[in-house]
Amino acid sequence: MNAEPKTPLVEMRDISISFGGIKAVDHVTIDVHAGEVVGLLGHNGAGKSTLIKCLSGAYRADSGDIYINGQKVVIANPRDARAHNIETIYQTLALADNLDAASNLFLGRELVGAGGFLDDARMEAETRKIMARLNPNFRKFNVPVSALSGGQRQSVAIARAVYFDAKILIMDEPTAALGPHETQMVAELIQELKRQGLGIFLIDHDIHAVMKLCDRASVMKNGQLVGTVNVKDVTDDDILGMIILGKQPAKAQ
Amino acid sequence: MTQTTPTPSASQTSEGAAARFLRATEIDTRLLGMVGALVLIWVGFDLYGEMFKNGGQFLTPRNLWNLSVQTASIGIMATGMVMVIVTRNIDLSVGSILGLCAIVMGEIQVNILPQYLGLGHPLIWIIAVLCGLTVGGLIGALHGFLVAYGRIPSFIVTLGGLLVWRGAAFLVARGETISPIDPTFQLLGGGPYGSVGATGSWIVGLIAVAAILWMLKSGRDRRRKHGFALRPMWAEYVLAALGCGLVIGAVLLVNAYPWPAGIVKAYAATHGITVPEGGLFISHGFAIPVLILIAVGILVTVLATRTRFGRYVFAMGGNPDAAELSGINTRLMTVKIFALMGVLAGLSAVVSSARLNSATNALGTLDELYVIASAVIGGTSLAGGIGTIYGAILGALVMQSLQTGMVLIGFDAAIQQVVVGGVLVLAVYLDILYRRKST
Repeated sequence: MNAEPKTPLVEMRDISISFGGIKAVDHVTIDVHAGEVVGLLGHNGAGKSTLIKCLSGAYRADSGDIYINGQKVVIANPRDARAHNIETIYQTLALADNLDAASNLFLGRELVGAGGFLDDARMEAETRKIMARLNPNFRKFNVPVSALSGGQRQSVAIARAVYFDAKILIMDEPTAALGPHETQMVAELIQELKRQGLGIFLIDHDIHAVMKLCDRASVMKNGQLVGTVNVKDVTDDDILGMIILGKQPAKAQ
Repeated sequence: MTQTTPTPSASQTSEGAAARFLRATEIDTRLLGMVGALVLIWVGFDLYGEMFKNGGQFLTPRNLWNLSVQTASIGIMATGMVMVIVTRNIDLSVGSILGLCAIVMGEIQVNILPQYLGLGHPLIWIIAVLCGLTVGGLIGALHGFLVAYGRIPSFIVTLGGLLVWRGAAFLVARGETISPIDPTFQLLGGGPYGSVGATGSWIVGLIAVAAILWMLKSGRDRRRKHGFALRPMWAEYVLAALGCGLVIGAVLLVNAYPWPAGIVKAYAATHGITVPEGGLFISHGFAIPVLILIAVGILVTVLATRTRFGRYVFAMGGNPDAAELSGINTRLMTVKIFALMGVLAGLSAVVSSARLNSATNALGTLDELYVIASAVIGGTSLAGGIGTIYGAILGALVMQSLQTGMVLIGFDAAIQQVVVGGVLVLAVYLDILYRRKST
């Protein structure tokens, strides 16, 4: 597995970004291949979310480059990221609480009919279709998402990322607000998307989930990359050691 | 009626007739509350006049016609203020922008254009109006630019604007009052000549009735096409009857207000008509500023609810970060929203100065407060994300009704201020209670 001849779907090379003199991300390189799930692990404040926001366009890296299929790209804002089929499920979900599920799902990419007017009916119909697949119990289509439960809100955020034929999916703690049943649904969804050939970055605190879902895991500490390991080659304890002590396990070196 | 809404496990048998009616017709309860408040104010003032003055003067065609004209200027601006407040901003400068736009338009049509085009040239009013709207739009865009790209709070930018543009209005005309203005321009302010008359009002009314029926029909078709729940048929008929009834009632009302005898005489003299024995009954019909307000109300409602622009406005108010992360250019949006507000302030300047037949630098003083109050009374949340255009226009009507009513029954200006201020706070408190209950 060490020799991977294919070019990665996404490579973030030597990324650095600092806020007010503090290096939040310090020369970090990670990549993901098509049909692969890469876990991003580390303490709170290790720089995982910040790193990934450089890919989703929320932040702009101070230095370093992003390559998609080997081509260097510039991602200056969320619109650029979307143009490269990069979809993100943010930890905060990034939903407009006063709008309903369909408006949130299509926010920034509304379906319009004749004369450029919003086609709300079609958007709602499409939302009903995808929600039937993701969360069949979802019924609240005509209320603001502020009236939804944590799990329902999460499924709206996931639906938004999945609906638009993403090639690269970033999931920042997608199961943080979910119960066991819904967490299982997300796990199945990740497997399915992986089969479809998406490259997925999964940020999670739950080591067991990462061990189960991911092919590789990249561990960060204090803004720096501790290392990237094949999940099959290491144990829970190895990864814990990387997270807590910042030390590479002997086997993977 | 077999169609029922698919509300799961709703105890449909236990709810009262009123609740069932509201759910079936999908009438907004807060809209109903505002209409109720309005009726209360109107009937209250009329009864007060009946009892303590010589007859109720409020519910007369004449007063209601005047009320509609007086509401126009504030109402036009209130529609834009909804958009501003929904995005968690505020515009304190609209009154001053109005003043400056009025002065600029006055200068152009009285002191500049007649030199080149000749007095009374038909292009004068058009150029003046376009200049006024442009000046308003540019000022608004500047405010929006400072808010969005300079990251200065809108409260500060427009508080500065409040002083700057009022001062600029004084400087442009050296503090003079510009009068009289172009006769065609004057029509935009209302008055007997600035109204569309009985026939015109019926045409407007019939178009409105046709539009209401078409909207109900196409809305139903669209729901059926996608298999969504339909309103029961009786509810559709009730809505159609209510809408059409209101329109026809309004037409009958404005047509029941005749021109004053003096104006009829002058009109007859210039048009070679002989006035018969009992006088000639010429209806006012809808005033042009009121039609402008209605048109603006419809346009901005379409903008707010049926376009991407409107969707983004509400998304920005609900969660600015989410809007940004969804790829919405929130800064450019802010510039556009303030520019729209400026254009509407310019349009209000047209209506106000045309109605006064003069432009003064004090025009629109304190309007910003009435405009904000109208939007807020109309249900716009200062926390952002929530607000309706029709609510703001109704809010403007409520404010103006209070003021007109108090003038009619002879309250003096000091008491008027006390009442209007108190009502504003009370309305917002009731709104907070309503929201707390409904969530």
